[in-house]
Amino acid sequence: MVEFRMPSLGADMEAGTLVEWLIKPGDVVKRGQVVAVVETQKGAIEIETFQAGRIDKVLVDLHSKVPVGTPLALILAEGEEKPAVATAVPPPAAVAPTAAPSLERPPMAPARPVSPVRPRVAPGTQVSPAARRLAQERGIDLSTVTGSGRDGAITYADVERRAAEVMAPAVPVAPAERKRAPTLDLGAMRVAIAAAMARSKREIPHYYLEHQVEVTACERWLAEKNATLPPEGRLLFGALPIKAVALAIRRFPAFNGFYRDNKFAPSPAVHVGVAISIRGGGLAAPALHDVDQLPLDELMRQMRDLIQRTRAGRIRGSEMSDPTITVSSLGERGVETLYGIIYPPQVAIIGIGKAVVRPWVIDGAIGPRSVITMTLSGDHRVTDGHAGALFLAEIGKLLQEPEKL
Amino acid sequence: MTAAADKPRLSREHMLDLLKQMIRIRRFEDKCAELYTQEKIRGFMHLYDGEEAVAVGVIPVLDKRDRVVATYREHGQALVRGVPMTTIMAEMYGKQEGCARGRGGSMHLFDAATNFYGGNAIVGGGLPLAVGLGLADHMRSNDIVTACFFGDGAVAEGEFHESMNLAALWELPVLFVCENNLYAMGTALALSESETDIHRKAECYRIISEAVDGMDVVAVEAAARRAVHAVRESRKPYFLECRTYRLRAHSMFDPQLYRDKAEVEARRHSEPIVRFQQWLETNHMIHPEDLPRILAEIDAEIAQSVAFAEAGTWEPVDQLTRFVYADAAVPAGR
Amino acid sequence: MKQEPIKTEAIEITYREAVREALRDAIKRDERVFLMGEDVGRYGGCYAVSHGLLAQFGPERIRDTPLSESGFTGAGIGAAMAGMRPIVEVMTVNFSLLALDQILNTAATLRHMSGNQFGVPLVIRMATGAGRQLAAQHSHSLEGWYAHVPGIKVLAPATLEDARGMLWTALEDPDPVLIFENVMLYNMTGKLATDAGPVDIDKAAVRRPGRDISLITYGGSLWKTLEAATTLAGDGIEAEVIDLRSLRPLDDATIMASVAKTRHAIIVDEGWRTGSLAAEVGMRIVEQAFWSLDAPLGRVCSEEVPIPYPRHLENAAIPQATKIVAATKAALDRA
Repeated sequence: MVEFRMPSLGADMEAGTLVEWLIKPGDVVKRGQVVAVVETQKGAIEIETFQAGRIDKVLVDLHSKVPVGTPLALILAEGEEKPAVATAVPPPAAVAPTAAPSLERPPMAPARPVSPVRPRVAPGTQVSPAARRLAQERGIDLSTVTGSGRDGAITYADVERRAAEVMAPAVPVAPAERKRAPTLDLGAMRVAIAAAMARSKREIPHYYLEHQVEVTACERWLAEKNATLPPEGRLLFGALPIKAVALAIRRFPAFNGFYRDNKFAPSPAVHVGVAISIRGGGLAAPALHDVDQLPLDELMRQMRDLIQRTRAGRIRGSEMSDPTITVSSLGERGVETLYGIIYPPQVAIIGIGKAVVRPWVIDGAIGPRSVITMTLSGDHRVTDGHAGALFLAEIGKLLQEPEKL
Repeated sequence: MTAAADKPRLSREHMLDLLKQMIRIRRFEDKCAELYTQEKIRGFMHLYDGEEAVAVGVIPVLDKRDRVVATYREHGQALVRGVPMTTIMAEMYGKQEGCARGRGGSMHLFDAATNFYGGNAIVGGGLPLAVGLGLADHMRSNDIVTACFFGDGAVAEGEFHESMNLAALWELPVLFVCENNLYAMGTALALSESETDIHRKAECYRIISEAVDGMDVVAVEAAARRAVHAVRESRKPYFLECRTYRLRAHSMFDPQLYRDKAEVEARRHSEPIVRFQQWLETNHMIHPEDLPRILAEIDAEIAQSVAFAEAGTWEPVDQLTRFVYADAAVPAGR
Repeated sequence: MKQEPIKTEAIEITYREAVREALRDAIKRDERVFLMGEDVGRYGGCYAVSHGLLAQFGPERIRDTPLSESGFTGAGIGAAMAGMRPIVEVMTVNFSLLALDQILNTAATLRHMSGNQFGVPLVIRMATGAGRQLAAQHSHSLEGWYAHVPGIKVLAPATLEDARGMLWTALEDPDPVLIFENVMLYNMTGKLATDAGPVDIDKAAVRRPGRDISLITYGGSLWKTLEAATTLAGDGIEAEVIDLRSLRPLDDATIMASVAKTRHAIIVDEGWRTGSLAAEVGMRIVEQAFWSLDAPLGRVCSEEVPIPYPRHLENAAIPQATKIVAATKAALDRA
């Protein structure tokens, strides 16, 4: 028993309408004999059977439109007996079954990778692809870049300028890249500082605390230490508060980290930004890394190196973007108290004034002591005066035992 | 039947071979029709039913070194030329074991081994190609003949006229065989040509030409012998109009609204296989056991070809962009 | 127009003469090679390229044809398939439209359709371009259209070295190669090394190094682009000029290396702007060098008009050095 199916007659034929049978059940047919007429989009076409035999049954009504491949009739081959028990007629040729619409959810869009420094710009600012990529490579916050392109678009050159003024020229990331001669564009640096500081004051609710710390012990200890060291290896006072701040952070981690997207993320590492002034009016605050773990002489060595490189224009991008807290010291330069402005996205900055000999009360008696005034500018979204006071007190305490720093 | 024509060998063996070749084509085409309705063969397919005498009369007269250019209705030509039926069927299926790696399909059968330069879906597109093949042979001063098959529809195309002119002007060894089946797809010859005597068009280009009854395989062979001999000796073109008829539709998807069923039926009575078989019987050249044997051989070959095609494999999709330009290993033109 | 001087022993020669030398050399070297086309023999060639060759090689090797573009292009295809190495000369790209069926439906497709059994080692040379006030039907630049088609290769020699050297390499290629000679270049003189020989046909060339912008072009537009680059240098803009040389295949590597360096690109293309080859090159730059771009891409193409007859309108319709300069400055925001 064979099925005679609706034939495909053309590349673009999908279905046909049976309009006439030229045979009836019981008729004997030969191979090639025309058995029906099918109406198609092109007209009526006679269709032939390629099976010889006897028509057993017609399966499709006239004037029904059926897809190509639909069984139209059953043909018994010559000599074949019709089966006594009705065998299950094989199901109609599979017109491609429409799949039940899938209920699975569309795949989740992959999470966007978080870049180390996400370039954030004011809505509507255009940034060229080249500029965007450079900003990412150099760790430049695009919100600190002024665009000079059409309609204020930020171009590659704009990002380059910003990178230079924050002292992040390209030291080769990949070994194959050429070293670039360092450039210092102080005018542009001032512009960048203006942008950053203005933003800080705009966005960060600062609170200010002041604390006076006796540093006689430090000076004495330094004098002893340095007596045995060559001039180029001597410790400077400036290293001590930096180490003290780093150690104090262990107890007060809320002052060490980044405030972004309306929340504070504390940093597991303590990278202290050191404010460094540059002849001609420049200023930068690159990071010393993992200060809490650095022995003091190593800290001193790195600080020296950092200052020298900063003033020569050879800072790494990572050094610019890494500080988790900043310490700013005017040292010998003349004022007693310095209130710093927080570098976003940091949440605190310690200001250190020059050491002054003051009358001090010790054990009920008054005597001259070397005293510095230390300030904390804190981000009130993250910390408040109470925590700040404790933090400052801790730093002061650590400075009383310089040999343990 | 022509009586005293240029003498084809009228041996029984040769006559039976002519019959077999025609039946072989007919039954192959029939199988293709069946497979097409089952969607095993797809795209456009054009069958040769009724025109077998032309291919069978002309092609065996050619030598192996000669060249053949054909149209999209070229299954018959390919079979007679010796392209293996297995690879033709596989090509129709689109399998990579096909004679064109499955890349061409029914309208683009090619076979370098038998100098079969294709299958061409552009009406008239093969004529300039044949002129070029002839030009190469002319420049090399060899005695190769190029046989170019085309239909009555091609004579309307500019390329036909350009090719006639070039072949005559440059004296190129091309045998132009026009299979005039009276219809260019659905347009009757009388409705598209001011001069329906096609071979006279060739005469206007100063090409020796003749018309022959394309339903008479012996007449076609006789004319072909004259023509091929002339081309090979004179190194000039020759034009053979074979007046024939297409028993099936233009292609599978054609309701034949442009011609009467009665006309087709009438033609069926005088189609080449029927006519030739009757003539053989009348002249006692065919014995009772011949036909069953021939049919059995043909059907076995066809079954084997279908099995070959069914078992064939699909070319991997990652090979898609190959064969657009030459691989380093493939030699350039021959 | 003059080219840069070169140091080895060289002769003063025109682009036309360089092509003629290439033909002469090829016909002498390989007996399979012959030239076929309208008026290439007795007339000496519409642009006098084949002048004198008929006398030297005879009518079988320098074959005049009737006005049958489709016929003789197809004949070239057939002859190539049968083992010859024909050079078909179509008088201009405008007339090649009559042979488009043979070029696209036969030459480009034959290898693929035959499952790699038959290749077509044919070279077709065509004149192209506007600038001689020949009006709308004689001034097309359709190289970009042909570059759209897989199965053929498309070349645009713009220098004497390329005019002299591309033909031989093309003749050795087993696939069809179309060579487009811009009509405005035929009279160009310059110095060519006496031992100038075959050159590659698949690489672009940096004709002028620069750092501010990549000007990517081909064919007749090359010299206008170089002229623009000279003007721009006077304004402190250093343009890098790339000569594509091969339009199919395109040399992506050279293009992208340049754009990675300059971060700006303008494509100069004498085809009509819409759907131009410039659009293809621009898209490839966006696909492969997006993150290098510092400004939107630009293109200088022919205006959307059939080429007009009067000189001032024709000049306004096609790329000019002034337009290239203006486009460059706009791209660099230095208008």
